[in-house]
Amino acid sequence: MTDYLLEVEGVSKGFPGVQALDDMHLNLRHHEVLALVGENGAGKSTLMKLLTGIYEPDAGRFRLNGSPLAVSGPKEALETGISVIHQEFNLMPHLTVAQNIFIGREPRSGGFLLSERALNQRATALVERLGLPLKVTQLVGNLTVAKQQMVEIAKALSYDAKVLIMDEPTAALNDAEVQTLHDLIRRFTRPDTGVIYISHRMDELKQISDRVTVIRDGQYVETLDTATTTMKEVISLMVGRTITGEAEPEGVRDDREVILSVEGLSTKELLTDVSFDLHHGEILGFAGLMGAGRTEVARALVGADKVDSGVVRLRGKEVKLRHPADAAKHRIGYLSEDRKQLGLLLQQDVSANIALTSLSERFTRLGFVDIKAVRAKAQETVRALGIKTPSVRQTTKFLSGGNQQKVVIAKWLVKNCDILIFDEPTRGIDVGAKEEIYALLNDLAQQGKSIIMISSELPEVLRMAHRILVMTEGRVSGILSQSEATQENVMHYATLRPDESVEDAVELGLLPEAALAGGSSESSPGSSEGEVGQR
Amino acid sequence: MTTANVSVEPAPARGLSSAVRDRLQQLLAFASLIVIAGFFSIASSSFFSYSNITSILFSTVVIGTLALGTTFVIITGGIDLSIGTGMALCAVMSGVFIVNLDLPVGLGVLAAILFGGLIGLVNGFNVAIMKIPPFIATLAMMLVAQGLALVISHSAPIYFTDDPSYVKISTGNLIPGVDFPNAVLVLLVAVVVSAILLSKTILGRYTYSIGSNEEATALSGINVRTWKIVIYTLAGLFIGLAGVMISARLGSAQPATGMGYELQAIAAVVIGGTSLAGGKGSIVGTLIGALIISVLNNGLQIMSIPQEWQNVILGIVILVAVYADMIRKKEA
Repeated sequence: MTDYLLEVEGVSKGFPGVQALDDMHLNLRHHEVLALVGENGAGKSTLMKLLTGIYEPDAGRFRLNGSPLAVSGPKEALETGISVIHQEFNLMPHLTVAQNIFIGREPRSGGFLLSERALNQRATALVERLGLPLKVTQLVGNLTVAKQQMVEIAKALSYDAKVLIMDEPTAALNDAEVQTLHDLIRRFTRPDTGVIYISHRMDELKQISDRVTVIRDGQYVETLDTATTTMKEVISLMVGRTITGEAEPEGVRDDREVILSVEGLSTKELLTDVSFDLHHGEILGFAGLMGAGRTEVARALVGADKVDSGVVRLRGKEVKLRHPADAAKHRIGYLSEDRKQLGLLLQQDVSANIALTSLSERFTRLGFVDIKAVRAKAQETVRALGIKTPSVRQTTKFLSGGNQQKVVIAKWLVKNCDILIFDEPTRGIDVGAKEEIYALLNDLAQQGKSIIMISSELPEVLRMAHRILVMTEGRVSGILSQSEATQENVMHYATLRPDESVEDAVELGLLPEAALAGGSSESSPGSSEGEVGQR
Repeated sequence: MTTANVSVEPAPARGLSSAVRDRLQQLLAFASLIVIAGFFSIASSSFFSYSNITSILFSTVVIGTLALGTTFVIITGGIDLSIGTGMALCAVMSGVFIVNLDLPVGLGVLAAILFGGLIGLVNGFNVAIMKIPPFIATLAMMLVAQGLALVISHSAPIYFTDDPSYVKISTGNLIPGVDFPNAVLVLLVAVVVSAILLSKTILGRYTYSIGSNEEATALSGINVRTWKIVIYTLAGLFIGLAGVMISARLGSAQPATGMGYELQAIAAVVIGGTSLAGGKGSIVGTLIGALIISVLNNGLQIMSIPQEWQNVILGIVILVAVYADMIRKKEA
């Protein structure tokens, strides 16, 4: 057996105008999890596409177990033992779990006809061997994101993979699901296999990886042993500069006036009696597990979803927000979780996106769009937010994730919103850009904007939010002040379920803060808190 | 961690089981068919008779055949606008083969059907290889086929007067002693064949797969381009078959007909619950959709409602069908 399972030797790949990879090196040992980190645009996806034969390298070569590796396409890569789980799921939502896993390799009876029974048997055997809680006849489109991820993994492992490459596998998972994924990865790594694990979440790399390879601007930077490296070192290698670590929420005060007050918000689908206040100049964090209803609160609040009951007061006056346009009129902006689908016109240029929400009130003369005013304002905002774009006429889809997010923010700033709801503002954005978004949020709060920040990344909520509202199963299970907000506390409330301790939950739902300060410990649901607490 | 895991699961859907929900649009379409037919049987005594039902089935043959092939194309997320005039062109070609070139009827029919396959092959090439959006590629083919039909036939119908066996393909009775037109048998065979193709073969599986997520299908190592060509060609074979069936029914190839059939066929597919966004649909649904259109036309005719109004009502039925599908999706 050779020293390395997979070797990347001096691989280069250029596209018109960009050198995506320049003399890249990488070595994956047997039986290890190698973390690959780098900012967006550092060349990670290009590397994967080269490995799976979607692109051909301009120079350099790959070796698998010492012998040269050159595959002509995804299928051959899979058959050679290289499985890639892409960040964007590659699943067919209309097909079942089994059909997805064995797509392209369907068991057949008599050449052209499918054997559905053999297919389901094989899929069941695989899923059981991997210990995944999947029902193989379910439609993938009806599964949660976490389970879709499991389908991806089952699919990748069904090809007797030697090298498993995962691109941001946990981007849409909550902490519990991340643990399940890591268990799977640990079980997969054997003396003849290895994993390349690409992630932006630094805390995870520490948990799962043996070594970390850092790349920057298409070039190899360094490989470090995870055990002897601090994440701060990794980050500074990644961005090429030092980033100030453990930041804390800025400008926390408890004397701010209430600007928005929500009382008893309920929807038919999920939300039950959600109440909270949002203060002037405050960042209120929304935490909770996936599906707890954080996004749903935001959507119901701005009128994007139908509300069953509840009262919304804006500066003490009751308002009815039946449609996002009503919310926008009252200067409440909702920056959606999925900016590519819901927040941006990707085909349009930056200025068109920035002006969109305030087109009719600010940039129109006699019904015609005042294109000059739009461009001027866009230019001003681009400068103010430090959006990296060659010009305001650049098509938005060519910007990086972080800059796209800034365009969404710019759009609502131009609208002069007082209340901004950020849903997963840093999803899919690299570490450097995250810092810039954080700084921007802090600035906005300082200028007197009131901010709701929804995030699945607990450390992010902890470092940004003045107060944290924790949700579980559509209800508010606790509102924590900054001093009470610790990882353990938040996870405790996030995993609090009504069927485990009904009295406790009802009590907390009514009087969250008092209950926390008082004797909640006596009736806390020990098992879930205990396990979460270890992390 | 199991406790936390469980809490992530969405609450199980209330009421309907998922299998029923997935089939709901089909059931809805079937229920509408029953309701519409029931309405007409009450409104007119002559509706629910053997001869009228055979005549409804008979009038479903051409639209139904076109709709079957189109179902495959639409499930991939594509569209085929060339089926109407393509059918007219295939009818003309059938005339050319059988009347002008004097080929035996069987051979001429086969050639006409294969010619339809050729139309589909060109569509598939344009869509899959040239990457022309299906709407544009098949719109262009619609015009080309219409023009060619007129050019080849010198804008005059071709009559199959000397080949009485050709007409038998449509109006003859293969089953001795029973008044059941062959055309309906042909449609039934086509339905069974396409249903098997769609649900039991890799062709069908990849049809759904491409429509559900084309990129993912390609990344799974499936040659999406080849399969798209195969699927459009298959739809073309159905165009050819429809061309034979319509000219056999009329006893002549009418080069100027065809326009408008594509929309009726697409309507049948959509009423049957196939999503224009791709990934979802069924042959049974399409058959029900085509039957709904025929029953409507037939029933309204029996009730002496003018042709113009029939189209208005058909339009409303399409809107209702699609709206019902959207409501279903929201609930799912």
